Amino acid sequence: MTKLRVLSIFAYAMFFSGIINNGYEVGDYVTDFKLKNVDGNYISMAADKNNNGYIIVFTCNTCPWANLNEERIIALHNKYSSKGFPVIAIQPNDPIRSPGDSFEEMKARSKKYNYPFPYVIDETQEITKAFGATNTPHVYVLNKSNNGYKVAYIGAIDDNIRDANLAKNRYVEDAVDALLKGETVPTVTTKAIGCTIKWKTT
Amino acid sequence: MKFDDLEKIINEKPAKIKILNFWATFCRPCVIEMPFFEEVATKFEDDIDLIFVSLDFVENVENKVKPFLTKKDIHSRVILLDDVDYNSWIDRVSPSWSGAIPATLIIDKNTGEKFFFEQIFDKEELESLISKFVNKT
Repeated sequence: MTKLRVLSIFAYAMFFSGIINNGYEVGDYVTDFKLKNVDGNYISMAADKNNNGYIIVFTCNTCPWANLNEERIIALHNKYSSKGFPVIAIQPNDPIRSPGDSFEEMKARSKKYNYPFPYVIDETQEITKAFGATNTPHVYVLNKSNNGYKVAYIGAIDDNIRDANLAKNRYVEDAVDALLKGETVPTVTTKAIGCTIKWKTT
Repeated sequence: MKFDDLEKIINEKPAKIKILNFWATFCRPCVIEMPFFEEVATKFEDDIDLIFVSLDFVENVENKVKPFLTKKDIHSRVILLDDVDYNSWIDRVSPSWSGAIPATLIIDKNTGEKFFFEQIFDKEELESLISKFVNKT
């Protein structure tokens, strides 16, 4: 009887961990998407013909860690957009479960903080699932190659959410700098504390 | 405390089933499920050792965390994990953890085996899960 109980608890734990870990890994090619931006237009990766890649950030209005990273995300775009790595911010949460992340709220926030990059909503959450993003914020650095956009880095922006100036490792910057020089990305994945993505409940 | 100290607590030989719930005052789903953990800990107090691990920032202990705990009537042990280099310790809690909170680590009292749940718990789910652990022993 005890063995069965142990097995059932183990299965329970495996079931829950299994739901979460899917999506792109470093080295995978990313399928393009078409998501609605706060200005009403639709954004796709293919639209930019002259870039070298993208910094895709899954972020939202309502998560304090995402908010703490907001300035850094803006700074990344300002630094790397002219070098061919612009930011696209994707809001993955279900607005019904998280009203603060509704399209109207996204528009307001983008305006308030003068986002220089697109802030798009993943209405069906399919793109979020395809990427395998699990929390906000979650960054994917993509490098353009002949066969499409390849994932070069996944994870956090740096190692000090509290103070960007004290960060010892600026993971995204290091990744993009390496790609721009044609060098190997030093750290390809990291993890960071963030808020769970608010998935739609069926 | 820093993660190295929390790790010692995690690895201590358990006398009871150890439950570590990772939360923060500004994480709404975390805050909603905390009373369920308190209730379950009270119900099974002979079998469970519950520790709330807060990821709030250390400068907010007096002005946010403590008032919050008083208001919510939380009596279980609370530790503030002051270690912002998240990437250096998330995998040491569980390699399956993406870093999202709320998240809960349960350590079996007899085998020391760790079970990790990266999810929000509702009251029934939590009671049912903890009952299974308690009844195992």
